[in-house]
Amino acid sequence: MKAASFLYELPEDLNTALQLLNSSDIDVLPLAGGQSLMPMMNFRVSQPDLLVDLNKIDSLKKIDSDSNSIKIGSMVKYSDMEKSDLIKEKIPLINNVIPFVAHSAIRNRGTIGGSIALADPAAEFPSLLVSLDATIELMNIKGTREVKSEDFFTGIFETDRKTNELVTSINIPINKSPKKFGFYEITRRHGDYAMAGAFVTTDGDKKEFSNSRVVLFAVSTKPLRIIDIEVFLNGNLLNDVSVQENAIDIINGYEFEGDLHNDTEAKKTYAKVSLKRALGELNG
Amino acid sequence: MADTRTITVNVNGEVHTNTINVRKNLIDYLRDDLGFTGSHVGCEHGVCGACTLDINGETVRSCLMLAVQADGTAITTIEGLADNGVAGDLKKSFAEKNALQCGYCTPGMLASAIEYINAGGNADKDKIRRHISGNYCRCTGYQAIVEAIYSVAENGGN
Ligand SMILES: Cc1cc2nc3c(=O)[nH]c(=O)nc-3n(C[C@H](O)[C@H](O)[C@H](O)COP(=O)(O)OP(=O)(O)OC[C@H]3O[C@@H](n4cnc5c(N)ncnc54)[C@H](O)[C@@H]3O)c2cc1C
Ligand code: FES
Ligand code: FES
Repeated sequence: MKAASFLYELPEDLNTALQLLNSSDIDVLPLAGGQSLMPMMNFRVSQPDLLVDLNKIDSLKKIDSDSNSIKIGSMVKYSDMEKSDLIKEKIPLINNVIPFVAHSAIRNRGTIGGSIALADPAAEFPSLLVSLDATIELMNIKGTREVKSEDFFTGIFETDRKTNELVTSINIPINKSPKKFGFYEITRRHGDYAMAGAFVTTDGDKKEFSNSRVVLFAVSTKPLRIIDIEVFLNGNLLNDVSVQENAIDIINGYEFEGDLHNDTEAKKTYAKVSLKRALGELNG
Repeated sequence: MADTRTITVNVNGEVHTNTINVRKNLIDYLRDDLGFTGSHVGCEHGVCGACTLDINGETVRSCLMLAVQADGTAITTIEGLADNGVAGDLKKSFAEKNALQCGYCTPGMLASAIEYINAGGNADKDKIRRHISGNYCRCTGYQAIVEAIYSVAENGGN
C-alpha cells in the first residue's frame, strides 16, 4: 500500500522543527530514517497530517565527547556510528551490535534517535543504552530535559517523550577503559528482529563483576533490567562458570512476555540461552 | 506547507526536475514518472530488498524513502550499471552461475553485491550470506547468488 496524503516540511534548524512539532491542532510526526515510520505509513497504521523531516538539521548529526561521556546526536545513522573511530575506541559494544541491526541498506538510513523514539521491545539499541546507563536528551520549544534511559522506555512502542518533544541526543558515560560486555541474540535470520537477546556490561578494568548491568530484550514490553542478577554477579570473578549458572537460574523467578510465534515459556528458555551466551562471550 | 514539491535528481547520469506529490515513494517516482522500471517493488515495507538501489554511493530501500528526500542526490538504478568494473563483473558472474531465474530480486541483489565488493568484502561465503540476508530470492535458493558474488570477490573484486 501507499501512504495517505500528508504535508511535508524540511526545516534546516532545530528551532523551526520544534515550532512545527508544537502545533496542537494537527497530527505532526518527526521523520528520521523512515525505516520504521515509512512502513507504518505505507500500511496506514500511521497517518500523520504533517511530517517534519529532520534530515537537514546538521546539529543533530554530531558525535561529540568529553572525558566523561560521548554524546551521539539523534540523527546519527547506524552507518555513521559504524564508521566512528571514537565509538569504536570508547564504546566497542556499539560497534559489535550494529551488524545485528537489520541490513546495510536500512542502517544507511536508520538513526539512533528513531530507534529510541520508536521503542520497539525487540530492538537492540534501547536495551543496549540501558546496559550502558545512557541518558536521553529531549527538547521542546520551552527547553531541554534529560531522562535516564531506564526511565525513558515505558512500554511497547511507548516512551516518556511528549508529542511536542524531539529526542535530540543520547549521552553515554565512559571510563578510562571501556566497559567489558557480552551480547547475544537469537534470530531466525541474520538482521531480523530478535526473538530474545541479552546484554551484560561490567567495569573494564576489573577481573570481578563490578557495576554490572544485565538487560534482556525482546522478552518483555521494554528493556528488562534484572537487578537481582547484577547484585548477585558483583564481586564475583568474571570467568567463574558456577557463578554464571547460578545467575542464569535467577531468570526462573521472572515472567516473560510471549508474542505471536513464541509463548512465555519459550521466551524464558531463549532468555536463559541468551544470557548464558552473553556471559560466556564476556570472558572469551 | 505543501503536499507537492519540486525536486532535481541525477539518475544514471541524467538530470531530471519534476514537481511531485510529497507522499510518493522514491521507487514509484523512478518507475512511474521517469520510466526506470528495472528496480522492482516487492513488499513496500523494507523487508524483501527488491527495491534496493544506490544513492550517493550507499544502498537504500527506495520503498522507504520519499522521492522528495532524494532531491539533490545521484541515483544509480540497474539501468545505469556499467558493463565493466565491479558492476560488469558481477553482471557477468550472475549470468554465468545462473544466479537469477525470474530476475525479480536481481536489481536489489546486484546493488547489495556491488556494495559488498566495493567495501572490500572478501571471498567468504558466510560473510556474503550475511550481507545479502536483507534481499529475498524466491527462485534460486541463494546458492548460485552466493557463488556468483564469491567468484568476483575471489578475483579481487576487479
Ligand atoms: C526490514 C527491516 C528490519 C529491521 N530490523 C531491525 C532490527 O533487527 N533491529 C532494530 O533495532 N531495528 C530494526 N529495524 C528498524 C530500524 O532500525 C529503524 O531504522 C529504527 O527502528 C527507526 O529509526 P529511523 O531513524 O528509521 O526512525 P523513523 O522510522 O524515521 O521513526 C520512527 C519513529 O520515531 C519517531 N522519531 C524519529 N526520530 C525522532 C526524534 N529525533 N525525536 C522524536 N521522535 C522521533 C518518528 O516520528 C516515528 O514515530 C528494521 C527495519 C526494517 C525495515
Ligand atoms: S519493496 Fe522495498 S524492500 Fe520490499
Ligand atoms: S531470481 Fe526470482 S526472486 Fe530471485
